[in-house]
Amino acid sequence: MKKVMKAVALAAAAAMCVGTFAGCGSSSSSGASSDKGHVYFLSGKPEQLDQFKQLGKEFTKDTGIGFDVTAASFDNGQQTLKSELAKSEAPTLFDVDNNNFLDWTSYYDDMSDTNMYKDLNHQEYALKDGQKIGAVPYVQERYGIIYNKALLKKYFDAKWSSIKSIDKIDNFKALKTVADEIQDHKGDIGVKGAFSSAGFDSSSIKRFGDQLAHIPVYYEYHDMKTTTEPATVTGKYMPNFKNIFDLYLKDSTTPPSQLSSATMDDSNSEFSLGDAVFLQNGSWGYSQIKDQQVLDKDIGVLPIYMGVPGEEKQGLTVSFLYFAVNKNSSAKDKKATRQFLDYILKNDKARKIFTDDMGFETPFKSYAKAGYKTKNPIQRANDAYAKAGDYDTVIYPLPSQQWAQSLGNAMLEYAQGTGSWAKVTSAFVDGWAKEYKSTH
Amino acid sequence: MISMAGKSIRRWWALFALPTFAAFIIGFVVPFVMGIYLSLCKFSTVTDAKFIGFSNYSKALADPEFWHAMWYTIAFTIITTLIVNIIAFSVAYMLTKAIHGATIFRSIFFMPNLIGGIILGYVWLLLLNGVLAKWGRSITYSGTYGFWGMVMLYCWQQIGYMMIIYIAGLQALPGDVIEAAHVDGANGRQTLFDVTLPLMMPSITVCTFLTITNGFKMFDQNLALTNGAPSNKSELLALNIYRTFYGRAGFEGVGQAKAVIFFIIVAVIAVIQNRLTTSREVAA
Repeated sequence: MKKVMKAVALAAAAAMCVGTFAGCGSSSSSGASSDKGHVYFLSGKPEQLDQFKQLGKEFTKDTGIGFDVTAASFDNGQQTLKSELAKSEAPTLFDVDNNNFLDWTSYYDDMSDTNMYKDLNHQEYALKDGQKIGAVPYVQERYGIIYNKALLKKYFDAKWSSIKSIDKIDNFKALKTVADEIQDHKGDIGVKGAFSSAGFDSSSIKRFGDQLAHIPVYYEYHDMKTTTEPATVTGKYMPNFKNIFDLYLKDSTTPPSQLSSATMDDSNSEFSLGDAVFLQNGSWGYSQIKDQQVLDKDIGVLPIYMGVPGEEKQGLTVSFLYFAVNKNSSAKDKKATRQFLDYILKNDKARKIFTDDMGFETPFKSYAKAGYKTKNPIQRANDAYAKAGDYDTVIYPLPSQQWAQSLGNAMLEYAQGTGSWAKVTSAFVDGWAKEYKSTH
Repeated sequence: MISMAGKSIRRWWALFALPTFAAFIIGFVVPFVMGIYLSLCKFSTVTDAKFIGFSNYSKALADPEFWHAMWYTIAFTIITTLIVNIIAFSVAYMLTKAIHGATIFRSIFFMPNLIGGIILGYVWLLLLNGVLAKWGRSITYSGTYGFWGMVMLYCWQQIGYMMIIYIAGLQALPGDVIEAAHVDGANGRQTLFDVTLPLMMPSITVCTFLTITNGFKMFDQNLALTNGAPSNKSELLALNIYRTFYGRAGFEGVGQAKAVIFFIIVAVIAVIQNRLTTSREVAA
């Protein structure tokens, strides 16, 4: 009896130990030999996570190298990156964007000798950390004001409309006329408002404090004839910035006092159900609006006009997502990661997944040569602007994520009527100087 | 003389106590000490820390949003501690009287506690925004809206839990003292305030301790309900620390310093509160 008791006690104690330390184990991917190294990719695109998993499976099957991927969305991407990089099995490959590029300089492996860098259309688009190439763009995204062609046609055909074709909307004044008239006759068109809600929920605030702000920022850089981040900005384009933001607020589906809780999903669904004619978003958002009530052929994109002289030649805004290789990974893993990058570049299955399934427009010469081109209508909308020789509004670096966040907060307060436009200007101009100082 | 059980404990204590002790060291003591060390460092991930001294603390104390979150949290804690304890006690008092369906009511009042904070936050977000839509507003319209939204949510969740503790206390009251009060001609009010309440001080100590510390530490509900919006004006301390640590590169140490300050404040308040209420405990 005593022996049985002892055995039971031992088992119980052992079980306690197991339970206590259960969280400490490490995971490894299956079906791959470990001596070939291992790729762990931390993606910034939750929308494409499944496709990346699929791509990883093909990669492991073809090369025998293990592949793991996790994705973090925009609002917690930096958090995830921070905690993942601290782990002993840290990502060997991760996504960065040009606003937070400078935060991770101690983790960048020089990518100048990678085939991916050599294959870029424009090598100047790669991000440099001093002399070394820290990150290489792999997706080229476009954004602007997405519009519903069918609804806009209804407007052009209406007796009361004063603008009759899309070619005439090539400046802010025309855009405002169209939006105002649609708002006044929203019943006739069958919409709730010209613009979908300019939501300031955390899923949507980036569209204004960051993406919209990039337009005046572009012109600031342009005036200074620079591409590197200046210590201060003048705020010269703030009246233009106010123009477009006021238009978003006035000709909207949603009263400004409710914008604080309006989400990206709200805005997307208003557009994709035909309740709004315009939606400020980009090519990454295509998967959320496709296959609903708005057909692909009815999706068009306008540049974000705000009344800047000469904006008739303004094209869509271009932004990138970048790959960075973790310097601190083992030599074996780094080699495996480079093999993965080459796989994306050269393997037909991978190129097909990248282009068709993920809908990526890549900045690589080899893709263009082999005829890989996404059908994403937001990307294809750019072709006409490119053909007409319009200039791209490139997104130049912002001083920090915090700058965009504070600007977004000030914009929301202005929209609700709880803050003034002067505060938005201050967040833009003074905030820039302050954030530049704290990050440089 | 040592009993059989005592003998086994002497021989086997290590087997049973050490795993838990080890877990306590790994899961609490080490992170705690590391946390204090990190608050004196500059780092972007916890493995690349460089010692820089106390500058994180001065940055933390110079942050106006930290102070806003501090006062906001103190106000929140005071109000919720009062509301939760008064209502929980009243409900417990009613439900220990002979009321039809008292057991069912107890279960119903306790139920909100079984739902996780994040889910609760989202459910209340829908509810409150649904109601506020009537006036064309939403919960994140201003910090005041968020404040009362969180007070409602938190009280709704906590009252049932505290009620259970109070019920246990009320049921353990010595019947003879109450009976003696009756015999001496005390009315209901006098019995409640002069007999029951002083005897209930141990339960009150526990419940106020729990509500105060929980109020200070509230995080999930804040994150789900308002996430600090608008402009971080509805941000409680825990969320402010989280956002400082994770929201901004280069501010990890500052967030860590805030967390240490936060720990000291909560510890001091909890000790003072415990002293205060314990000193009023009486024996029947």
